[in-house]
Amino acid sequence: MTERVLIIGGGPAGLEAANQLNLLGYKPVIIEKDETLGGHLAKWDRLFPEGESAEAVLYKLIKPIEHTTIYLNTTVEGSDKNGDNFLVKLSGGKEELFSAILVCTGFSLFPAEKKEEYGYGIYNGVITSSDLEKWFKSGKDVNVNNPAKVGFVHCVGSRDEKVCNRQCSKVCCVTAVKQACEIKEKFPNAEVFCFYMDLRMFGRKYEDLYLKAQNKYRVRFIRGRVSEVSEDINGKLVIKAEDTLSSKPLKVSLDLLVLMTGMVSNRSTQKISDIFSLNLGEDGFVEPSDTITNMYDSGKDGIFLAGAVTGPKTIPETLSEARASALAIHNYLSNKSSK
Amino acid sequence: MNRFGYGLSTSSQIDLDVSDNSFFKEILAGEPSISTCISCGSCVASCSAGAFDKISFRSALHLFETGMDKEAISLLEGCMLCGKCTLVCPRGINTRHALVLIKRKLNKR
Repeated sequence: MTERVLIIGGGPAGLEAANQLNLLGYKPVIIEKDETLGGHLAKWDRLFPEGESAEAVLYKLIKPIEHTTIYLNTTVEGSDKNGDNFLVKLSGGKEELFSAILVCTGFSLFPAEKKEEYGYGIYNGVITSSDLEKWFKSGKDVNVNNPAKVGFVHCVGSRDEKVCNRQCSKVCCVTAVKQACEIKEKFPNAEVFCFYMDLRMFGRKYEDLYLKAQNKYRVRFIRGRVSEVSEDINGKLVIKAEDTLSSKPLKVSLDLLVLMTGMVSNRSTQKISDIFSLNLGEDGFVEPSDTITNMYDSGKDGIFLAGAVTGPKTIPETLSEARASALAIHNYLSNKSSK
Repeated sequence: MNRFGYGLSTSSQIDLDVSDNSFFKEILAGEPSISTCISCGSCVASCSAGAFDKISFRSALHLFETGMDKEAISLLEGCMLCGKCTLVCPRGINTRHALVLIKRKLNKR
């Protein structure tokens, strides 16, 4: 009998793992809570650092798994151990047997309205990085209307104990720089400002993008966290921050403000952790059994992890982890059958 | 004499809506590499005259960019144009050339 592996989550991690498990001769089944595959990637326009099309990347992930069993609009409601196997209860009342579980529940974007002082949901000109991607993709957003001055606020909901998210989401710095460059491509005369605490350009070619933002697009980087946003009588957004490099308070009026919302743990991860007794860290992400050598092992027999379920990650990192998880599942199932 | 009230204290706030950084743009046109400054401070730390005078190339650039030319110039007055800062700049900014440009432009004023 071909062993069945349940993949919880149809984002990049789940899709890539499904492909690898197919190649290894297993029968993966993807369950996805939404009505489409791709997770956040499906909502994105272009990817850092070189502006690759998100749609093309998603196509590359979905194409090889066309014949894989996928349940959309489906969630896990419970699970019982049946010998070495898992008898998993899915939404709709169906129960199915699986030899291993791969948890790829990913992340949620920080709800920007929680940082009330930035005015998301209060002022029309305040949007999130995800809203801006939607506009890049569709061209539809009444709030993006040929802006003359645009600001980006880094670390919205990241590195912020006030909203219980101490962690750095790591991808937002380079995303802000990418989006700042894209705004300059769309509106060459616009003045663009990035408000940052640190710029964490950790990946290959990220620093090049930062350099391009500085010398080609003349994006102005202001080191200081935005303290408040208000709207003046003409509908302009008035931004206050400290320019910490000159130790002076700073004020600027903008037409559009983009909040770089961070990556936070989501409800699905919480629910799945309850069902399978996984360990959650203080930050809400799942704790792997070993954060250096075994990021994809949950510490529970037969349950594996891949992608942002264990913390903020880039797409390439997530895909590598998905492949590593598929191999870990293969080793686990091979050992089991040889016993 | 009426010595109280809000009107008397001058604001130290940088107002980017009204700041005029045309001088910065002139320097930028002559030495585009200054746009890549990351305010690391190695130019200041390496400055030969820095131990004797308050000299800060990185702060001066930053102040020029926000239109505070007078304050910026006061941070460059002790510069001897030795060019040590150019040797240490990790972004490869030709700091000495920028300083020469600034000096030349100020002399013409």
